[in-house]
Amino acid sequence: MDPRAPVLRLTGITKRFGPLTANDAISLELAHGEVLALLGENGAGKSTLVSILFGHYVPDEGTIEAFGRPLPPGDPAAALAAGIGMVHQHFALADNLSVLDNVMLGTEPLWRPKSRRAEARARLVATAQRFGLAVDPDARVAALSVGERQRVEILKALTRDARVLILDEPTAVLTPQESESLFATLERLVAEGLSLIFISHKLPEVLRVSDRIAVLRAGKLVATRATESADRGALAHLMVGRDVPAPVARPHTAGSVVCAIEGVTVANALTSVSLALRAGEIAAIAGVSGNGQQALAEILCGLRAPDAGRVTVAGRALPADARAWIAAGVARIPDDRHAVGLIGDLPLWENAIAEHYRTRFARRGIVRRRAARRFAREVVGRFDVRAGGGVDTPARALSGGNMQKLILGRALAGEAAGGTAPPLIVANQPTWGLDIGAVAFVHQQLLDACARGAAVLLISDDLDEIFALADRIAVIHGGRLTPARPAADWDLPAIGLAMAGASA
Amino acid sequence: MRLEARGGVSRFALVAAPFAAVAFTLVVSGLFVAWAGAPLGRTYALIFEGGFGSRFAWSETLTRATPLILTGLAAAVAFRAHFYNIGAEGQLYAGALAAVAVGGLADGSGWASSPALLFPAMIAAAMAAGALLLLMPALLRTRLHVDEVVTTLLLNFIVLLFVSMMLEGPMKDPAAMGWPQSVALTDGLQLAKLIPRTRLHTGLLWGLALAGLLWAVLRYTTFGFAVRAVGANARAAAFAGVPVTRTTIAVALLSGALAGLAGAIEVAGRTAYVTLDMSPGYGYSGIVIAMLAGLNPLGVVAAAIFVAGVLVGADSMSRGVAVPTYIAEVIVAISLLSMLVATAFARYRLRWN
Repeated sequence: MDPRAPVLRLTGITKRFGPLTANDAISLELAHGEVLALLGENGAGKSTLVSILFGHYVPDEGTIEAFGRPLPPGDPAAALAAGIGMVHQHFALADNLSVLDNVMLGTEPLWRPKSRRAEARARLVATAQRFGLAVDPDARVAALSVGERQRVEILKALTRDARVLILDEPTAVLTPQESESLFATLERLVAEGLSLIFISHKLPEVLRVSDRIAVLRAGKLVATRATESADRGALAHLMVGRDVPAPVARPHTAGSVVCAIEGVTVANALTSVSLALRAGEIAAIAGVSGNGQQALAEILCGLRAPDAGRVTVAGRALPADARAWIAAGVARIPDDRHAVGLIGDLPLWENAIAEHYRTRFARRGIVRRRAARRFAREVVGRFDVRAGGGVDTPARALSGGNMQKLILGRALAGEAAGGTAPPLIVANQPTWGLDIGAVAFVHQQLLDACARGAAVLLISDDLDEIFALADRIAVIHGGRLTPARPAADWDLPAIGLAMAGASA
Repeated sequence: MRLEARGGVSRFALVAAPFAAVAFTLVVSGLFVAWAGAPLGRTYALIFEGGFGSRFAWSETLTRATPLILTGLAAAVAFRAHFYNIGAEGQLYAGALAAVAVGGLADGSGWASSPALLFPAMIAAAMAAGALLLLMPALLRTRLHVDEVVTTLLLNFIVLLFVSMMLEGPMKDPAAMGWPQSVALTDGLQLAKLIPRTRLHTGLLWGLALAGLLWAVLRYTTFGFAVRAVGANARAAAFAGVPVTRTTIAVALLSGALAGLAGAIEVAGRTAYVTLDMSPGYGYSGIVIAMLAGLNPLGVVAAAIFVAGVLVGADSMSRGVAVPTYIAEVIVAISLLSMLVATAFARYRLRWN
């Protein structure tokens, strides 16, 4: 085969979900040995496109050719056989099995009585050596770090003779150091003759790894650029379709302590965590997710009590009861909009009043529907929540960004319903999975609330976000929190080391 | 072949789904009728006539629908909060037994009191019996995460054996000539007839009123909001400060009380005493009815009348043509399955490839 012929050719791929066109006549080619970045915001159609490529979805129109031969639509087995491998953002690994078991999973016919483990092991070891991906075949996946698990995912694809590897947001779960090591691996893969599709919405890493960048926006391929001639600002503009206002920073004057976290310990999650949150200041907790952030956030949302230690808000210890925290005016933004933040089946207006349904919006056990809907309309207006059917739209029909705006509005717009501005804001991964525009909106809201005197705790695994917002930063690893230091005292290597557990 | 979410769910699809389900049910049930060797059109005509074709048919159907409305409401309200009470059958018997314990022993053993006092006491006892029966499964579920489907289902058998013991023992009617049946309620405690010379009694009005009341409670009250929030997403409800445990227990007690009430209403309105065959599975049918109704209390009334009509109609049909009355249960079962599939198709589409 001509080495300059494209290894993949997508022609006129269109995919509609009801009225939504997720992919609109997209044509793309992937050259041999090329790293193509798919850049786009959430909802731009990146995931749909690779799902079609990998056979998870059937396109409404369009064809795919792999290595010159047409690929049958909707057949993941055919995609695998054609040499297309995929590393999902959320790993598809069985935690309680060994690395070797995971790599072998699904490769053996069911009716063969004897498993060819020795053969598979030799193959795994050889592949790992060839690509420089050190991993112990007998280690249990549960015992591996996130970076190592990703390596297993890559090896899984490589042992199946993948010639094209699709990586979906591969750095989302990695520390900066782990990301660097991933980028080195990718160079090695390309040197060995693989072609890569790298999906991301982060500009710096896209510019760092790729040869060519394809920008998707609202289902359309809006541009392809050679990376060397690409300009960061122009790419951002292409991706969003408009200029994004950068959050306006403000002079930082920390006031008195609003919330004191003292020696908080939770079995298997947190070890003697202490932090003081001051009025008018944004304190951030950086760290790779899964290092105790969840337990800490639950305590600060009134969902669980620490095993030891205490948390006071305005000098008062609050019980582990969400109502007490809501009554104290704490604005809480959970990390999982769908599972925790909103009740998808209920309409927008009922979600808007959910925190106050028995207090402000009730009289003698009856919900004050008119007041509730008025409040919901106010939240929708002030926080620019876009919902097709107004306040009667079920929450699940909102886009991620609009869901987050609704949650923010519910938490911050207390004054509109006769309350006061929140003295404390607990924001756990507040921009996870949002597009740039929504991210900027959320950031601005946090900054504004802070300027009005709220103490803000930002828990995030996005370092860009932390450096953009935080006045002080502490790093959490293995349930231990480093002392909080002014943001200016941290740099990327130092924070990366702390995230990886090196004592600071 | 796979299911793919439709972009949006049209109102038309949601309204058309039940009709498509009924049409499909008639076609499939028709195969069984044909298998039994009976003429299809005549069989269906007889079922319809027997269930809805005359004043008498309507009175019988509505009499049958009365306990079904109550057990249907019991299931609907519990399912709304994702509390799967499969034990309405047992709660119904417990309610019936409690009703007779209060209202039936008045004759001999010293409950001598005016019906004006005894009637509310009887109703309250029945509701309390049904509610208490669900208290343990509710506590096991909220404290220890024990699956209430298992506990409530198995409690049915325990209750039935207990009822059997009582009917053979302490509560046996000495005048029943050896039949295991309880003593009867005094006349003053029995419900008035709604239409003279039929079996239709004022219990139907209780069912209709409670359906309306429950609908309003779910829609307008803070308790209703809590129930719907807990049922739709308990984690998000807890995050927003809805008391999930308390709501679940309250809903369980309410559900048990409704099923217990169904037992008392049956005793006071129709049988006057408890026997082991007083309910041909009203508790279980209530689950089907709640699902057919999409867990909407007002829908429960319509679904209960539909199911009752099919059951009554099939009884009278089987006297005319050689199709066993079991066809009624086939029709009800298939209608439930096709209803579930039809609502799924309103939301998803099937893709072949």
